[in-house]
Amino acid sequence: MTVLDSKSVATPMAVSGRRLPFDAGYLLLAIALLLYPAVASPFFTFQIGGYTLILGTIALSLMVLAGYGGMVSLSQMTVAGVAGYTIAIFGTNTSGVMGLGWPWWIIVPLAIFIGAVASALIGMLAVRTAGIYMIMITLAIATAFFYFVRQNYALFNGFNGFHGINPPTALGVSWRDPVPFYYLALAVATFFFVVVTYAQRSTFGLSLQAIRDNPRRMRAIGFDVAAHRVFAFFLAGVIAATAGILLVWFNGQITSGTVDVNAAIDVLVVAVVGGLRKPIGPYLGALLFALLQNFAIDLIDPERFNTVIGLVFLVIIFFSPDGLLGLWEKLRTTTMNKSLRPALRRKPSK
Amino acid sequence: MGFALKKHPVAIVVYVVLAALVVWLFLALWPQWLVGLIGPKKVFVNTIFNGVTLAGLYFLVASGFTLVFGLMRNVNLAHGSLYLFGAYIGYEAADLTGAWLIGVAAGFLASALVGVLLQFFVFRRMEGDDLRQTLVTIGISIVGADLMLAVFSGNTYQFTIPAWIDGAVPTPIVTAVKSDGTSVIMMYPLYRLVVLATAVAIGIALWLLLNRTRIGMMIRAGVDDRAMLSASGVNVHMVFAIVFAIGAGLAGFAGVVGGTALSIAPGEDVRYLLASLVVVIVGGMGSITGAAIGALLIGLAEQVGLAYFPTYGVVLTFVIMVVVLAFRPQGIMGRAA
Repeated sequence: MTVLDSKSVATPMAVSGRRLPFDAGYLLLAIALLLYPAVASPFFTFQIGGYTLILGTIALSLMVLAGYGGMVSLSQMTVAGVAGYTIAIFGTNTSGVMGLGWPWWIIVPLAIFIGAVASALIGMLAVRTAGIYMIMITLAIATAFFYFVRQNYALFNGFNGFHGINPPTALGVSWRDPVPFYYLALAVATFFFVVVTYAQRSTFGLSLQAIRDNPRRMRAIGFDVAAHRVFAFFLAGVIAATAGILLVWFNGQITSGTVDVNAAIDVLVVAVVGGLRKPIGPYLGALLFALLQNFAIDLIDPERFNTVIGLVFLVIIFFSPDGLLGLWEKLRTTTMNKSLRPALRRKPSK
Repeated sequence: MGFALKKHPVAIVVYVVLAALVVWLFLALWPQWLVGLIGPKKVFVNTIFNGVTLAGLYFLVASGFTLVFGLMRNVNLAHGSLYLFGAYIGYEAADLTGAWLIGVAAGFLASALVGVLLQFFVFRRMEGDDLRQTLVTIGISIVGADLMLAVFSGNTYQFTIPAWIDGAVPTPIVTAVKSDGTSVIMMYPLYRLVVLATAVAIGIALWLLLNRTRIGMMIRAGVDDRAMLSASGVNVHMVFAIVFAIGAGLAGFAGVVGGTALSIAPGEDVRYLLASLVVVIVGGMGSITGAAIGALLIGLAEQVGLAYFPTYGVVLTFVIMVVVLAFRPQGIMGRAA
């Protein structure tokens, strides 16, 4: 039933009171991230730092669904796009279509809410099926949304989309500037990272993982499997929608290209390359993706970026099903004391 | 017949009335109020014709997709890339030899070969791991689309339709009567009718292959119980390779046929992947009949949407998918998982 059976082996470890994420590694990482703008150029702060955090957060929403829920959804970019379009339509833009000019403190919660509801609706459709069927349905939804916004000029301004969308100047700070924007993205990413890390061990998080591992048994002991899954879609929608708002502010625009099939697949690539088992995975994947996107042009023809990212994706899937996280763990296991190895060696259940 | 009439009297009367209505819509001259309601008859009849012929094309693409899925439980998301690849190779071959039919054959063979290679080098290595197989096909489609863009550039290619199936033919449908009493007869491109006929022929051939031949028997047995088929001495990998070759080849074949009816350009791979996805989701995965029904629904919906509510055409396709999923999650002809 569940497609991620082999990943479920990690659950007992995570459940049985593993250390909280307050170990030295996370502390160092937090300090490094906070100090990062001080040493990095504006380009690195904004284009690499900001973008990694945004893309990682969108991929985090997929990681929640796929890693904990066993549901691989390709429509997370669509949810982010719905939130982005909400910002463009109800806020201000320079494209002369829609742009109702509402203040940011209304449109931001509104966009998150609409995005989350859209995600829940997608979920209601998608949870009627499981596994590979779900990938197909969410991909079909994502593609349909892309063609819809591209053709619809009255509401979504079609192919051109909306331009000139700026983050607000609030609390005396212009959030468009690289450093404030970086900290905004960092705050959002940290918030969701911590929430996901803890929610994983909440009653709901545990039920969701149990449903991933054995939906039939969970149904038999009285859990409403579909409702849990739809709620997971709703929560993932909150994450994706918030990141979608940041994305539209980051780009300053949203067009049909933002939600096209490539973008939808990129989110999956990022999440899978990083690793779907822990919340840190999507951010690792996003960092690699942002670096490749910005620096692959130095190595090869910029037009061939998709070939590079596609090949990286293929290599990772072939050699490490758990992504970069899996590589890291493999490395750690091989360098560990031999006597410890049998306990840590994992065999996929299939 | 009499028995059926007794068993479902209402349903049969409804069907007969509906069928009569459709025949009347096509053959009769439309009264003024009907024209006022849904526009001229010419637009309507053309839309339906376009919808049905597009459905033929969608069926060609989706039947390969559903065949591969049915046997191997493998969602081949590179199916759209195989379509585009076949189209490009077919174009080059037809351009080189000057014979369109050679182009068709080349498109089929090229995609079939790629399909076999994929099956041999990729899918056999990760058998039973659905998610990984699906992810790999996504990776392949990303790389494939980009490499094809590199080789064939972003230009739009257009086949020349061979003379013997080019041009328009008169249909027995009268769309209007002129004031001097002569009837205006609707003309329709012959090529599109050929596409439809081809799709029907391929559909029948597939059905015969699956239901009347030894290899079809093996394929059906493989769908039901792969392990048992293997235990009874059949080389399952061979069967898989054949099915993958047929499925991929059909995509390439459809690429040439569809590329001749419309055109070939980057991005078409995604379009036909979406079409295949929606067709098999609606029709039911792994079923050839389902693919035919799904293709008909989606082809008609797309053309009707295009003609009558242009900007919301996609929504119509989407609504069909939602309604089917709501009432039959496994698709119209699909078996419960």
